Amino acid sequence: MALFRKKTARDENYYMASQWTLMWRKLQKHKLAKFSLILLLVLYIGALFADFIAPYGLEEFSALYKDTAPTKVYWKDEEGNFTRPYVHKLKKVNDKKTWTVIITEDTSKKYYLDFFVEGVEYELFGLIPTNIHLYGLVNENGEADQSARINIFGADSAGRDIFSRILFGSRVSLTIPFVSAAISFVLGILLGGISGYFGGWVDNLIQRVIEVLSAIPSIPLWLALSAAIPADISVSAMYLYITIILSFIGWTGLARVVRGKFIALRNEDFVTAARLAGVSDFKIITKHLVPGFLSYLIVNLTLGIPGSILGETSMSYLGLGMKSPATSWGVLLKETEDLVSVARCPWKMIPLIFVVITVLAFNFLGDGLRDAADPYK
Amino acid sequence: MADKGEVILKVKNVSKVFSSKGINVRAVTNVSFDVKKGETIGIVGESGCGKTTLGRCIVRAIEASEGEVLYKTLEGREVNFLTLDKKQMKPIRKEIQMIFQDPYSSLDPRMTVLDIVAEPIRANYPKMPKKEREELVKDIAEKVGLNTTYLMRYPHAFSGGQRQRIGIARALILKPQVIVCDEAVSALDVSIQAQIINLLKDLQREMDLTYIFISHDLSVVEHISDKVGVMYLGRMVEFGETEKLFSSPRHPYTEALLSAVPVADPDVKMERIPLQGEIPNPANPPSGCYFHTRCRYCTKKCTEVAPELTEVDGRMVACHRAEELSLRGFDYSKM
Repeated sequence: MALFRKKTARDENYYMASQWTLMWRKLQKHKLAKFSLILLLVLYIGALFADFIAPYGLEEFSALYKDTAPTKVYWKDEEGNFTRPYVHKLKKVNDKKTWTVIITEDTSKKYYLDFFVEGVEYELFGLIPTNIHLYGLVNENGEADQSARINIFGADSAGRDIFSRILFGSRVSLTIPFVSAAISFVLGILLGGISGYFGGWVDNLIQRVIEVLSAIPSIPLWLALSAAIPADISVSAMYLYITIILSFIGWTGLARVVRGKFIALRNEDFVTAARLAGVSDFKIITKHLVPGFLSYLIVNLTLGIPGSILGETSMSYLGLGMKSPATSWGVLLKETEDLVSVARCPWKMIPLIFVVITVLAFNFLGDGLRDAADPYK
Repeated sequence: MADKGEVILKVKNVSKVFSSKGINVRAVTNVSFDVKKGETIGIVGESGCGKTTLGRCIVRAIEASEGEVLYKTLEGREVNFLTLDKKQMKPIRKEIQMIFQDPYSSLDPRMTVLDIVAEPIRANYPKMPKKEREELVKDIAEKVGLNTTYLMRYPHAFSGGQRQRIGIARALILKPQVIVCDEAVSALDVSIQAQIINLLKDLQREMDLTYIFISHDLSVVEHISDKVGVMYLGRMVEFGETEKLFSSPRHPYTEALLSAVPVADPDVKMERIPLQGEIPNPANPPSGCYFHTRCRYCTKKCTEVAPELTEVDGRMVACHRAEELSLRGFDYSKM
């Protein structure tokens, strides 16, 4: 009988699948979300291995390369034959007519692109001291040579490699949202949970506080809070402060959601059943209530991360967030504050592309997660 | 432990008032009845009459506002189930369990069937080894007719009837004495209803259970109950043995309810006694007898004085005219 399909191992696989398994399977079917996930993984791996992938250190500069465009890489030699890729170093030339200084390529020497080249010393993961970088330039004898530079995304106004700085900046820009999301998460679940579980005046108080907090426009609030940060503090302390400021607003929405879910789930029959079976309140909360909305929370957080990324970027851009020597994408974008520098050096906008890609990727991933979070449909 | 036929549960003057923003709704008012060991008590009434609230008050899923539920424990002590504190409750909790109406919302979608059914054991016997626990789950699963190879599945893999079996297994695994079945079959297909009702009957015999069976379906209640209580607007209006109550009701409301039971024979001409109007607002109940607004035998006295539940013709009735009226019952010959 064609009508009655035989139960296969695949069906059983579905019946025995937990919520997380079903969610994962459904997420994999969401192409855009899967692609975003991979993209984000690449970005995070980039942040993790920033010292290794970046050809130059965070503050390594060359005055000669100030405001220069992305380095031209040649694939063909003078006769037009393919060779291994090489670059020329730059030199200063005086224009005989106008007596201005022009930076131009010095074509007398070739510097070849090579992998695993020695460069500035660093400690991988803060543990392994090494000086090997993923790529770099070597001279004709195959020795690492720092007299020429390869800036694939150009150089900034201090002659630093923008690509290297983007990688180092991603360490801040990609982790601050997570740390602040984690703080929001804890605050949101705790306060939302208290609000939903106890009800009464506690609930009232928390809800009113949330209303007041969410009524304050975020940029002025950040402004006020970051004005309170002492001026001469270490980079890590600044990081901590910015994170706390960002999560200050993030938790309110989450607490509302948690409270609502708590109230809704508290009255579900399976919670009553657990209560009647003698299950303790604590067990009911941890075994029934929290798992009941955890998937929802994760979706909420994923969709909230772009807000944090943009928040950090705008704060740093406005000079309220991270400040040099700390580097984030927002700090890098500070260079594009004036129109002249954008017009003359458009490559300084490249960090913006990274911000946009990351935000989009998080949004698509969140979208996919939201669809997947309800696997029983 | 109560012997068969001995009173195991005495529901005494249980009331429940829900208050919200200054409005008090009396969902259940002064309901009393006795339940004997091994009996099935049916509670019927239309939607909103307070039967579910009563059931939930008895198992303490919600707290009653007034009244007592005197329960004879397995050890033979009589306790007021409604006033036990957490510590006293712990050993007794498991003896009164509940089967829920909605087989979809009563099972946590995030737990396997094994975990759902084993949850009461984990809560009450945390030290029981895993193997023993799983044996118990398998035993009860077999008893309720669940295929034990499916225990690792999640509820989403089951149909309504199977889910209800899981709910029954969970309620029974701690070997309770009293089970409150809150519309336990209403959400199921008629054919599945019959299966579940027969299962409940078999389990009752096998495990010596006492049921309080709440339903709006009179034919189901008639089939399973030894005694039936009819509720209207939070009050018990008639309580007595099923056959007596069905064949010769003494309360006009019971009569009207019975006339609405469909008979599966197209040739039978039924004379329905339609109830006029809506069920009154329980936040603002009518004076006198609550039913007088819709009663076709209503007199002046009915509108002024609330009738007490008194014994008439071998059952309890709350009607001023219970003795004089001759009401039409359920005609068993037409079944």
